[in-house]
Amino acid sequence: MPWTKIQADDSRRPGIFSSGQGVREISYRDAIREALGQALDMDPDVFLIGEGIDDPGGVFGTTRGLSEVYGAERVMDSPIAENGMTGVAIGAAVTGMRPVLIHMRVDFLPLSMDQIINHAAKWSYMTGGRVKVPLTIRAIIGRGWGSAAQHSQSLQALFAHIPGLRVLMPASPYDAKGLLLGSIASDSPTVVIEHRWLYDQKEAVPEEAYIIHAGRGTIRREGTDVSIVASSYMVYEALRAASELEKRGMSAEVVDLRSVFPLDEELIVSSVRKTGRLIIADTGWRSCGISAEVAALAAEKALDSLKAPVKRICLPPAPTPASPALEQAYYPTFQQIVATAREMQ
Amino acid sequence: MTGRINKETLTALFRTMLRIRLFEDRVVSLYPDQEMKCPVHLCIGQEAIAAGVCIHLRKEDYIFSTHRSHGHCIAKGMGLRPLAAELYGRSNGCSRGRGGSMHLADPENGIPGTTAIVGGCIPIAVGAALSARMKKNGRIAVAFFGDGAAEEGTFHEGLNYASLRKLPVIFVCENNFYATNSPLKARQPEVNIADKAAGHGMPGVWGDGNDVMFVHDACKEAVERARAGGGPTLLEFRTYRWKGHVGPDSDIETGCRPAAEYEEWVRRCPVEMFGKRLMKEAVLSQGDIDRLTVSIGAEIDDAMEFARRSPFPQQSEMLDHVY
Repeated sequence: MPWTKIQADDSRRPGIFSSGQGVREISYRDAIREALGQALDMDPDVFLIGEGIDDPGGVFGTTRGLSEVYGAERVMDSPIAENGMTGVAIGAAVTGMRPVLIHMRVDFLPLSMDQIINHAAKWSYMTGGRVKVPLTIRAIIGRGWGSAAQHSQSLQALFAHIPGLRVLMPASPYDAKGLLLGSIASDSPTVVIEHRWLYDQKEAVPEEAYIIHAGRGTIRREGTDVSIVASSYMVYEALRAASELEKRGMSAEVVDLRSVFPLDEELIVSSVRKTGRLIIADTGWRSCGISAEVAALAAEKALDSLKAPVKRICLPPAPTPASPALEQAYYPTFQQIVATAREMQ
Repeated sequence: MTGRINKETLTALFRTMLRIRLFEDRVVSLYPDQEMKCPVHLCIGQEAIAAGVCIHLRKEDYIFSTHRSHGHCIAKGMGLRPLAAELYGRSNGCSRGRGGSMHLADPENGIPGTTAIVGGCIPIAVGAALSARMKKNGRIAVAFFGDGAAEEGTFHEGLNYASLRKLPVIFVCENNFYATNSPLKARQPEVNIADKAAGHGMPGVWGDGNDVMFVHDACKEAVERARAGGGPTLLEFRTYRWKGHVGPDSDIETGCRPAAEYEEWVRRCPVEMFGKRLMKEAVLSQGDIDRLTVSIGAEIDDAMEFARRSPFPQQSEMLDHVY
């Protein structure tokens, strides 16, 4: 089992080498590709499968070149049959493989809900733990340029509801690599949701393989007046908001969930206890979503420290519109976070 | 007719069919005690398919099945003790009391699991065949499913990919003409399920699923093809379940199915037909069959007693095995 030899970063720091000198900086896209290549190198049981993953685009560059290096038997194109191919990946996983199933869009996952929810998530439990499902499903949130209703959804809450699944949303290149490797190393099915607008983000990323376990968030910026709990792309809006708020004399702490299920309850609660104010910024919708879960956590475990009602920054309750005029209004920005924080003072 | 197959194989086929029948019969007689607190989908009347298919499989080959899987698991080598203990919800059941009758597993005997979502196991079996291909371990996979599964997307998606990759998998459709209470003719056009194989570029064979020799021969060819790298096969075996969709009772009196149809199939009991044939051809004597019946009965006594004596899972272990 090659995976037990890899160092795990359980520090909750936002990157262990981020302040080192002479460290290599790579993009979120390249961090993912590097993780996949290392997984393929380390373990002959790992394979990648998905629609068009071996084409010249290589899933926004995240699989580019891998089929040439590892061959079509380990980096394989797939029929347009999301549910069936999820079943195929599960079948491989329950018989000793570690498949990584890749979707260009999160929006294609609803086609495979039967196999994800009824099969992958349940198999370990239904077999009394005798048969595990080491399956990683990567899917990407799209945004902008009129992507519209079926190419831009953030469906993390659907999966986070289901016992047996883990749901990860890396915001940074360092996390993208560590969380993806952690997911491939895990014996349980994991949905890793990336965001297309993050692919060009760059930061220091160690060359060697390392693992970040599910359930560990990180503090992106420390503060004392308000906690902004965010994930995926909204981490960057939260960081921008924190900079703006600092200019106006308000100190914001930015908590990056990294793992939307399981949540890092300890990290969230301790931040809320410190600041006494909570804003949750999610890439998804409000109703029954991740923001509701984080708010409930604060109500259950930190209510006595709250100085103001919890606020949530989410998508409006409508499908994504195509027109740029509407799209611009659809997505919340740092300005909304700033205004919300100021109202809470 | 049976002369080309050796006596050991014929006896093994009969013994497996009889074990399945007697086990299921015992579930029928014990179920009213309400100690088996899970839905049971019995396969009485369909025993020839499980026996005729699994006789060709090695211990390490994979089978995947459905909510109606007791027979498949027995034929593949699951012990009666862990099977019975699972029906009784005990901690030493084959799925440690987490699965019940619909979710049986025994990975050491090539049973990674069974699923109660119609058609769900089809692509999973294809994936197991892909795994066998990648690991070059020579294993093959079998998916057992009913006629209703041929209406599901997973059926076509699974067959498409298996054929595309020429994977070592066999699709075994047990066509018992009913999905719960909905008759086949209300659900599908008049096209043989086996003929759907042609559209997916693989051989399809259909025939009498109550004739274990037919099942044996059809599956033998499919297994040889799969092992030789010739790709998948779709087998459609026509059969009939004697009990209702779920539970130990008949559904004929309630008008779910016509009595004449049921009686016709009972006249063609797969176990009895094969037993008579083996006696006629002097493979087994009535005395052999009686002795077999007694010894299997004792094995079932032991399994049920084992199950009833076994401990339940601890409530504190509720969250074990979720991940």
